[in-house]
Amino acid sequence: MPDDAAKSIVAPVTVVAGAGQVGKVHRKVDAMERMRGITRYTDDLVLPGMLHAKIKRSPHAHARIVGIDASAALAMPGVLAVITGRDLPVPYGIIPWTPDETALALDKALFVGDGVAAVAAVDEDTAIAACDAIAVEYEPLPPLFDPEAALAASEHNPINPYSRHGNLSKEVLLEFGDVEAGLADAPLVIEGEYFFEGTTHAAIEPHCALAHVEPSGLLTVWSSTQVSHYLHRELAKVLGLPAHRIRVIQPPLGGAFGGKSEPFDLEFCVAKLALATGRPVKLLYTREEVFYAHRGRHPMRMRYRTGFSREGKILAMDARTIIDGGAYSSFGLVTTYYSGQLACSPYVMGAYRFHSRRAYTNKPACGPKRGHGSVQPRFATEVQLDKAAVALGIDPIDLRRRNDLGGDAKTVNEFRIGSNGFLECLEKVEAASGWIERRATLPYGRGLGVAGSTYICGTNYPIYPNAMPQAAVQICLDRSGRARVFAGANDIGQGSNTMLAVIVGEELGLPLTDIRVVTADTDLTPVDLGAYSSRITLMVGNACLEAARKLRKLVTGSVARRWGIPGDRVVLAERLALDRENPEQHVALAQAFAWAEEDHGLLGEVGSYNTPKDRHGDYRGGTIGASPAYSFTAHVAEVEVDPDTGVVDVKTIWVAHDCGRALSRKVVEGQMEGSAYMGFAEAIMEQHVVDPGHGGVHAGPSLLDYRIPTFLDTPELHSLIVEAPDPQGPYGAKEAGEGPLHPSIPAIANAIYDAVGIRMDTLPFSPPKVLRALAQRRAAEAAGQLAPHKRGGA
Amino acid sequence: MTAPVRLLQCTVNGRATAVAVAPHRTLLEVLRYQLDLIGSKQGCDKGDCGACTVQVDGVPKLACLTLAVAVEGREVTTVEGLGERAGGCHPLQDAFDRHDAAQCGFCTPGILMAADALLRRVQRPVTPDEVRAALAGNLCRCTGYTKIIDAVVDASRRLSQP
Repeated sequence: MPDDAAKSIVAPVTVVAGAGQVGKVHRKVDAMERMRGITRYTDDLVLPGMLHAKIKRSPHAHARIVGIDASAALAMPGVLAVITGRDLPVPYGIIPWTPDETALALDKALFVGDGVAAVAAVDEDTAIAACDAIAVEYEPLPPLFDPEAALAASEHNPINPYSRHGNLSKEVLLEFGDVEAGLADAPLVIEGEYFFEGTTHAAIEPHCALAHVEPSGLLTVWSSTQVSHYLHRELAKVLGLPAHRIRVIQPPLGGAFGGKSEPFDLEFCVAKLALATGRPVKLLYTREEVFYAHRGRHPMRMRYRTGFSREGKILAMDARTIIDGGAYSSFGLVTTYYSGQLACSPYVMGAYRFHSRRAYTNKPACGPKRGHGSVQPRFATEVQLDKAAVALGIDPIDLRRRNDLGGDAKTVNEFRIGSNGFLECLEKVEAASGWIERRATLPYGRGLGVAGSTYICGTNYPIYPNAMPQAAVQICLDRSGRARVFAGANDIGQGSNTMLAVIVGEELGLPLTDIRVVTADTDLTPVDLGAYSSRITLMVGNACLEAARKLRKLVTGSVARRWGIPGDRVVLAERLALDRENPEQHVALAQAFAWAEEDHGLLGEVGSYNTPKDRHGDYRGGTIGASPAYSFTAHVAEVEVDPDTGVVDVKTIWVAHDCGRALSRKVVEGQMEGSAYMGFAEAIMEQHVVDPGHGGVHAGPSLLDYRIPTFLDTPELHSLIVEAPDPQGPYGAKEAGEGPLHPSIPAIANAIYDAVGIRMDTLPFSPPKVLRALAQRRAAEAAGQLAPHKRGGA
Repeated sequence: MTAPVRLLQCTVNGRATAVAVAPHRTLLEVLRYQLDLIGSKQGCDKGDCGACTVQVDGVPKLACLTLAVAVEGREVTTVEGLGERAGGCHPLQDAFDRHDAAQCGFCTPGILMAADALLRRVQRPVTPDEVRAALAGNLCRCTGYTKIIDAVVDASRRLSQP
């Protein structure tokens, strides 16, 4: 019988169709605790008897380690252990094909900041003093900071001792169609050279790890990681322990953006030091260490030739790219592929070739940052399109429309595209920005620019080859009418815990407050590959949907049996089970769950997801960059350029993004705004550089010197959700966390051209570069080589 | 590394508090590691990010640049106290929740304390530009700031309603 509480909410039952969770605005399942300051992030964990660790780091960019004397450190009161590279000699790497780093340097330090020893002491001050007391004798070696110089250097003394090809970390050359013929036939060939300076993630939470060994021998590592499963595997390998003796827990995370997507020295060090001392050990990076740990966006020098027809169709594109990898491979094998493979959409191309080479250099290693490997080539690709639009006298938005790939299509590199909302994205930013009327009338110094992009929703193949599911979710229902969701997925602030609750709430008729989401604990949750490549919504969402639907079927079946009606007449909504044809007949969900438990025993189901294997190219490397589905984005940026100071003021970015289906609207908007912000930051302000003139130290390893935008710097961001549901996604959903970053940079570059007629082909678009380009433009105008840009131009 | 310890007496979130502190400890270290008030965050160790912002006598301060002994006899409010002061959930916290203004939430405590100081100072609905100016010392890396501005403006309107 329905209880009183259930009766009181019968009224909205007639609108069952709208009673679900998908597409609504939600309070996130875990936000309020964060805002009350009671959520425990990794550094908020304290264990009895806990020690503090610090890592001693190399002051040299390249040096042989002649000897390490830790005796003075070990003699200090309060110092319990010192370890060096010899204690953790097993090489590892996030990509199984390129294990080329050790937890601490073995024979050589490869960049300023490379760890050489670690200390565990009773407090942080003592650990720091002990690090100072460790004597390391170095034999400095000549450092190589320039990737082309590194590639030209002798093969016999590679920077990275595990390298098999000198300083060449990875090389990929792929050609689709006849590029040279396409360029030869093209009436217009745009040639450009672009340089993308590296940038870093700068999540506000510094990396932190804590390890504890129980008397049973179980080692637990809490880490601010976004890939608990891979960390679990690498810990087992490096420590020489079976995986079942290690438990990895990711506490709530204070941002990541790709910066926590592989193991770091601190996790191995706290684990080893906890094993050595028998006491819990914590290590929190300083902000300076975060900058040196890096794994941020690769610097790329990109030489592009793009051939166009008179109508603006892309006939051929040729991309040659030098990638500065830093000291280790990290994800570099994938980065090198992505630098070319992800540039083939959203446009039709007659032919395409890319040749990418990643070099080792004596710098902090680069890795994946939001939009891994494809933000840099997107900059080059979209500026090339803008140059063609100007040369051909075609509206830049129209030129992109003419090259639209469309839905259910195949890219030139043989990736299968499903749903595609790119045209609608273009329409939305065109309308919202007032593109047509305003672009024609904006004065000199003010301009609008457009760019488009595409991104993956996870990768079709996991990092280590296996045919097991890429994602799995377990859901349990309990007698109070609530659900618990167990997933290995890493919520890094992007809201994936809420996404899972939305799906469970949709299927089982529960409000999000009745759903508890337990994630990223290798002892409690199923294996999941982690928060990278924008895989979670599509992959973990699908796994969750499968488990939730199994449970719904059990519950609706038990209710239907008791009411003597067919199962499909029973609807679960708003904490009730209802008869669709007679909503007066309803029962509280807790009762429905109890009936199902009477019939079936404990109510728990699992769901898993694996990728389709028919959506990639049939060639070596054709799986890398292939995804079950693709998102699409278009931006229009409006800028004001001050010709006297060279300052580019980005006023507004309109960002339209096809996320398939917005499962939770404000969460999706937040991803779009955060992405557009981060791209804006890379365009105008950020550069992660080490200074060769000062031996390879970081040029500004602090949040003051590495300038990230404040409230005052950030433009108005207008998010415009586009939904082209994809059959591969849960309820049609695709990613929203990385795609919307891509067009920011080229849209701003193209807007600067619209404003003052200069091409910014080197990032970031800082005042000195703008002033130099303006001076060149004025000189060309004075020489009669160029007409003044816009009326009233300089 | 044992420094002479002294007894610090102050008010923390409305409660009289006495804690033994070394003179070189920052307010942030004492709050987080001695009083277990973990809501105030350390993002940069040097006053650049604002994640450690607390209020001392109602004025926003960077706890990582404030020596603990400097708050002797003063009133310290952390994000944990913000909700308590409002009887559970502060209207700013509620607005941040509704607008999805916290993604990872790591910068949020500091932003809430700076925003609360603004709203208490002006006692009226604020404009987006006022929010930008008041929060310029707080970095957020997730949101692009848009939804934070929306939330603070919204909260200020609600707080100004009779």
